Amino acid sequence: MSEDVWVLGIHMTKFGKHPDKDTVDLAAEAALGALADGGVTMKDIGVLGAGNLMGGGGIGQPLQKQIGQTGIPVYNVANACATGATAMRVAIMAVKAGEVDMGLAVGVEKLAGAGLLAGGSRAEDSSTWKAQGRQGAVAPLDGRIGTQTMPGVFAQIGMEYGHKYGGTSFELFAKISEKNHSHSTLNPLASYQKRMSVEEIMNDVMIAYPNTRPMCSANCDGAAAVVIVSDSKLKTLSAEQRRRAVKISASVLTTDPWEEACQVLPDVNTLTRNAAKQAYEQAGIGPEDLNLVELHDCFATAELVHYDNLMLCEEGGAVDFFNSGSTWRDGQTPVNVSGGLESKGHPISATGIANVWEVCTHLRGEAGPRQIEGAKVGLTHVIGLGSTCGVHILEKGAA
Amino acid sequence: MADQIPLVDYLVLGDDPHLVAQECVQCGARYFGRRNACAMCSGTEFKEARIGNEGTLTTFTIVAQAAPGIPVPFVAGVVDVDGTSVAGNIVNVEATPEKVSLGMKVRLTTFPIGTDSQGVEAIGFGYEPVG
Repeated sequence: MSEDVWVLGIHMTKFGKHPDKDTVDLAAEAALGALADGGVTMKDIGVLGAGNLMGGGGIGQPLQKQIGQTGIPVYNVANACATGATAMRVAIMAVKAGEVDMGLAVGVEKLAGAGLLAGGSRAEDSSTWKAQGRQGAVAPLDGRIGTQTMPGVFAQIGMEYGHKYGGTSFELFAKISEKNHSHSTLNPLASYQKRMSVEEIMNDVMIAYPNTRPMCSANCDGAAAVVIVSDSKLKTLSAEQRRRAVKISASVLTTDPWEEACQVLPDVNTLTRNAAKQAYEQAGIGPEDLNLVELHDCFATAELVHYDNLMLCEEGGAVDFFNSGSTWRDGQTPVNVSGGLESKGHPISATGIANVWEVCTHLRGEAGPRQIEGAKVGLTHVIGLGSTCGVHILEKGAA
Repeated sequence: MADQIPLVDYLVLGDDPHLVAQECVQCGARYFGRRNACAMCSGTEFKEARIGNEGTLTTFTIVAQAAPGIPVPFVAGVVDVDGTSVAGNIVNVEATPEKVSLGMKVRLTTFPIGTDSQGVEAIGFGYEPVG
């Protein structure tokens, strides 16, 4: 049995537009912030997990060049939108394996102004039809056999839930978005902090029905970083460091197991349910114990299915669960009190650490006006299409 | 009639256009396209399985924003054909939530995509409402 691991320090930059900062600047700000928050320096760190997708390659070594070249191993990781959680898993696994007693994980992205991240362009048809690829396609398939855009893929994921269980509608999905935009007004680090009515959301620019623009994750710049420490090392640190440390009660990464249709429309459900089951078992707690959840609302249509996948409600009951008000910040299981990806923003590789920062901030009682009073346990969830699911359960607790 | 070529190799043209899946001989899992092995059971033997032409729309989206060159709006969806899911566009229907609905019955249809410099016509497929 490996020993417990803890979050010692954690930091998230402001999400939004940072025209004056490059990818390394943002990563450095997050990393130095996390180190300072934990009361340690690069000299204490034994391993670095680093995630960045759009910067053209490994971010770890360029980051070290700016904040401390101590010669430690760097693992540059990529797992789509689960990249941040994957980088954090690297640090956790290294600590759990006993190779190091402290690790740093960083996720960063410059995305402000980006449009459709997939399906944003399509190759020209060639002058002579020639069958290519695994499906012998003679021309690009996006728009001819389905859609490759993320708003369209995740729209279908939400609509599929509606077909299976009923109760969904354009308005229902817009109401989920209304909740997250409302929550964002209390989060000074969110990209957008603007309350929007259901009507405003429904009447905004349609991207892929039923997802309008405010129901899609916001492309923005941002970074987050976390310092992971072993239980035995933490015991040697100061009373203040121990007081603010947050216990990682579960840390799970899964991929999508084969299911009928999973290669036709991505199945984001089974791997999330599998990750949640493993996480609840690791932590020895159940969904009813959670004081807050930060889940991967890359689109409003996605948030609905994850209520079910994370077992926050009974199977098939996500619509009723949402309509009961449970997931608003004054409800029984507040979901995305940060504003979620729809308003806080989604700098892809940062997201899987930024959601941990949000939960830790509440567990430490440092969330200011948006504090969930008395929060003791929280869960974070990300999905990287392809697919990967990361789930972490975090607990307040003095070491 | 000009020479024709299917948009994808799992579309069979001719008098009776239909789709063909690669079915794992060992476990029955079905796929569209060339395989190295079965993702369900790792079996390496496959046989061709004809997919029926009628099914039920289990999910859809109406894409309003897409890459330049793709006409919008269009309906992308998944059709359940006797337990096998197929991705395709829903065509020959107005692309509005009033006209397209979950659970609607649809059937395969084919149509020209374009003609290349050699005069070969590429034929695509989609699903249209039944009745």
